[in-house]
Amino acid sequence: MDSKLIDVAEGRAKIRVYSGGNGQTMLFLHGAGGFLKDDPFLKALMSKYRVYAPLLPGYEDSEGADRLRDMLDVTLHSYDVMDALGLEKPIVVGHSMGGMIAAEMAAVAPRQIDRLALIAPAGLWIDKLPLPDIFAKLPFELPALLFHDVEFGTKLMTAGQNFDDMEFLNDFMIMNAKRLGMAGKLLFPIPDRGLADRLYRVRARTLVIWGDNDRLIPKDYGEAFKRQIKGSELVIVPKAGHLVGHEQPDAVLKALAKLG
Amino acid sequence: MKFTWFNLMPWPYLPDDFREKHHSVWVDLPSSLYDPVRGHDVYNTYLDQLEYAETLGYDGIGVNEHHANAYGLMPSPNIMAATLSRRTKKAALVVLGNSIALYNPPVRVAEEFAMLDVLSGGRLVAGFPVGTSMDTNYVYGTVPALTREKYAEAHELIMRAWAEDEPFAFNGRYTKLRYVNCWPKPIQKPHPPIFIPGGGSVETYDFCIENTYTYSYLSFTGYLRAKKLMDGYWERVSKANVDQSPYRAGFAQTICVGETDQEAERLYAEHVNYFYNRCLHVFPGFADAPGYRTIKTLQAQVLSQLTRASLENLATLTWKDLVEGGHVIAGSPATVRDRMKDLIKGLRVGNIFCLMHVGNMPDEKTRHSTKLFAEQVMPHLRDMWPDFAEDDRFWIHPMSKQASARKSKMPAEVA
Repeated sequence: MDSKLIDVAEGRAKIRVYSGGNGQTMLFLHGAGGFLKDDPFLKALMSKYRVYAPLLPGYEDSEGADRLRDMLDVTLHSYDVMDALGLEKPIVVGHSMGGMIAAEMAAVAPRQIDRLALIAPAGLWIDKLPLPDIFAKLPFELPALLFHDVEFGTKLMTAGQNFDDMEFLNDFMIMNAKRLGMAGKLLFPIPDRGLADRLYRVRARTLVIWGDNDRLIPKDYGEAFKRQIKGSELVIVPKAGHLVGHEQPDAVLKALAKLG
Repeated sequence: MKFTWFNLMPWPYLPDDFREKHHSVWVDLPSSLYDPVRGHDVYNTYLDQLEYAETLGYDGIGVNEHHANAYGLMPSPNIMAATLSRRTKKAALVVLGNSIALYNPPVRVAEEFAMLDVLSGGRLVAGFPVGTSMDTNYVYGTVPALTREKYAEAHELIMRAWAEDEPFAFNGRYTKLRYVNCWPKPIQKPHPPIFIPGGGSVETYDFCIENTYTYSYLSFTGYLRAKKLMDGYWERVSKANVDQSPYRAGFAQTICVGETDQEAERLYAEHVNYFYNRCLHVFPGFADAPGYRTIKTLQAQVLSQLTRASLENLATLTWKDLVEGGHVIAGSPATVRDRMKDLIKGLRVGNIFCLMHVGNMPDEKTRHSTKLFAEQVMPHLRDMWPDFAEDDRFWIHPMSKQASARKSKMPAEVA
């Protein structure tokens, strides 16, 4: 996996991009948590595709978060990133918050994106199914929300360290404040920035992928996306939570193959 | 020295098993714990206490703003200040304050504060807090990472609304107004004294220094723990090359005065325990929404203050721990005098926010402590800063003659 910093929008942002693999070109947009160390899902995607995975400002050493205040800013920033990378009609895949951004991109400029995969995307709100408030969770509470297999998830998130270790916790809190500070501009206090009003514009062949046991954004939201994006297909992956690509990478790859 | 008698207005009827049964005293506690009928007496008792404090010679009486909080029952401090304005004559009305990032448009704050200043004949002290994360982000929904930018813009708008004599257009990022036209305007010129509550960020120190505002540290953990933070502030003041007037700073302190040290413990221990145990039971996940603090502040600050362990620690503190640790200054008038001198000199503060109603303290005990402090402690602390006796930049400038609230006459009396 390669990793480098690139200038975006004439230096208005400077962001880190992970890339690697061979195959069709794919732009992958991460969720609110960013990437894990040696992210296993990213690796799985790189086994089949030529993947470009940019980090939003505020994540790791990507800079330029101050000028990104709302959904439109982030949507246009993501197109700026595509330009900076010289990508032409990549398969656009987004997970969670990244799925929300990918869906916005496809709705705002529908002729720019032909193939789209939304993996447990945020962006809709159903009153009868209010989502848990991830901004009011303590670190040790997160794995139970994010994973079907909580023990596996805890290990993955802490990489062998421990949320009771003060030093690890301090570092985690600072990184988390940067990441979720940025994410909050799209997701706080309710992860709805009007996407439902714009989904009718999406023209891309769209795949919606959901973990059967997603406790953060339940799979009913997948049904809602499927209903609102014309011709889209919903794939439910068994034995997976919100981080479906980390828990069941093979099943997700198999689903993505449907996009051709 | 300026002493402001402050009432947080806590709900005094939280059940004994509150901590065990409830997630947090703030943000998501069920409002079924509140009883509006009892609340009628609670509000009126607390307001009477504030008025009583004026009669004893406190320089100011103070209220503040919290939302969905069982230890702070004033979502609108301006309503409280308005009732006080009609029934007091001398005391500063210290409103600490209006969380200006929350008002849409923020001109509302300029208008209401101007109303209070006019109603009270120029006795308003205007507080402009950023607001806690619990209030501003979780309960009022402001996006954490945008809170400070929104605050800065609101501040600019309010100050201009007070300063300008002609309507003007304001093209802000968060507020766009074609006609900013503040009616009424405050009595105090160029504006009422401004107090900024802060929690140790360098940006806020500098903001106060640049604008000649009073930096107010409102903590419940007492003066001993505040030393490091206030030293940081004064260091910044020195670097800025401005005077070191102690009126540049204020500090909130829980104070309990009895006839003797023993009486203080006997009278007040259970109420102090109620406050530090039940009222401060805040779920740490609400303490600090990601993005609310700047990364610079996070890196510089003791995150452990926000951990569950430290909050749980508070609950297990005994009267002895709390008094020795300086969370609470308590004892006989002589004991309290000595410790207050340590506080005032140690933190170099010209303003004390006296937290004298504590937790579920009943009215008569509150008045007892308030009176002892006014009569036997305050007079000995008045002239702690003789070199700055003439410094009136940070306090109110009321009208010399104030209108009185007249009682309506009955028809018979008219005849």
